[in-house]
Amino acid sequence: MSEIDTRKGWMGLLAKAPAERLAALWAGFGPEPGFSWLRAPEVGGVMVRGRMGGTGAPFNIGEMTVTRCALRLETGEVGHGYVQGRDKEKARHAALVDALMQTGQADRVRAAILAPLAQEMAAARTARAAKAAATKVEFFTMVRGED
Amino acid sequence: MYVAVKGGERAIDNAHDWLAEERRGDPGIAELSVAQIREQLALAVNRVMAEGSLYDPDLAALAIKQARGDLIEAVFLIRAYRTTLPRIGASRPVDTGAMVCDRRISATFKDAPGGQVLGPTFDYTHRLLDFKLAAEGEAPEAPASAPQTAPMPRITEYLDRDGLIQREEPAEDTPPDLTRAPMEFPANRALRLQALTRGDEGFVLGMAYSTQRGYGRNHPFVGELRIGAVSVEMDIPELGFAIEIGEVRLTECETVNQFTGSKTEPPQFTRGYGLAFGQTERKAISMALVDRSLRWEELGEDDTGAPAQDAEFVLYHCDNIQASGFLEHIKLPHYVDFQSELELIRKIRAEAEAAMARAAAE
Repeated sequence: MSEIDTRKGWMGLLAKAPAERLAALWAGFGPEPGFSWLRAPEVGGVMVRGRMGGTGAPFNIGEMTVTRCALRLETGEVGHGYVQGRDKEKARHAALVDALMQTGQADRVRAAILAPLAQEMAAARTARAAKAAATKVEFFTMVRGED
Repeated sequence: MYVAVKGGERAIDNAHDWLAEERRGDPGIAELSVAQIREQLALAVNRVMAEGSLYDPDLAALAIKQARGDLIEAVFLIRAYRTTLPRIGASRPVDTGAMVCDRRISATFKDAPGGQVLGPTFDYTHRLLDFKLAAEGEAPEAPASAPQTAPMPRITEYLDRDGLIQREEPAEDTPPDLTRAPMEFPANRALRLQALTRGDEGFVLGMAYSTQRGYGRNHPFVGELRIGAVSVEMDIPELGFAIEIGEVRLTECETVNQFTGSKTEPPQFTRGYGLAFGQTERKAISMALVDRSLRWEELGEDDTGAPAQDAEFVLYHCDNIQASGFLEHIKLPHYVDFQSELELIRKIRAEAEAAMARAAAE
């Protein structure tokens, strides 16, 4: 996987992560590194688009709330946070994780924050898929007494 | 005409204080939390997100609490909030084919690959009041089976492969946005779909129903209905690549309609499309029917004069915030307008009475 794909992976994970879980894992990670804001957290809307017939030309469905920010660690790395919802803390945590993932601490961040988040979110998805699977219809044909 | 009137401030303040008290209801009953509304009145939350045109379950739940359960008032609150949000950008079109489905059914193919997955549906319930819900009980638990890993391809793909259904031509045009520019007619399909997805569920349902009953003949099959989560991806200019910025739950409905063919096209099925925020199945199906009905011109069908074929009629009246704003303004003070009407009718009556008196005297 390319460097960009790896970064896309963790940024997407952070965007969708439950804010409380990210906050708790971040709190457990250790003291917050020094940083300065490049863009203070800002809540905004993103217009979500769909396609006609699922595959055709695009149209606008409606907006979703997104919070974004950018910061620079004292060591120079720049982190971006783009997260769903209106939680500025979550955006800050996401940007800090994004920045730290570009430092020598990447492995520690991955093990302490990204891996547990990914695992919990996958478990939640699997649990939901398991309930859906239980509602799958198994057709059977009735024998008709016409012989 | 409005004329500024002073006074009534104390009455207004007191009315709003009373509103707050009534909203809370009997203080002897536990207060509803926003989280309870979000979790336990989820379909109301979904409707408010779809028609409020803003995906944020916590905000929609708060709006429902503030509006005392009046969903159109809640939509109004969300629309007003939405206008205060700076627009960060637009997403890439979501890939509903990759949806993680809670529900996926087809009324056209029994043995569709991926199967018929019912999901948490009201279908096949007996619609008998469940008095057990009136008593507190343990949280129910749904059965689980091995999760499905096989893909759930689009049903219309099968018809498309054989050329039996009209093709959706892929394009990358920037769609018009009715929140940024006033609606213009003729409205293209992208604009119509945006108006319908945020339109009032009751209105869109009524229009769809009218087409089924014969006002613009349109009695389709539900080729596919799916409800589930899709990732939302956006290009981030400062990064130079796209990332996922979140996940939304959507309901998608594709209808398969009859079509007799034309001079240039062999006979084939046509499509109607519905897509809305949240688990909003009635809305998505209705939207698909009305979408199809509004396509009469491009498909070379006759204009039968049916309301659901009239884009101006449908699109100008489907927005419940515009509609209730105009409707409800007539209850606000119109004292001066009415005073002038009153004087006019008195004058006309006086003239008429004088004329009658003259006629009687002659």
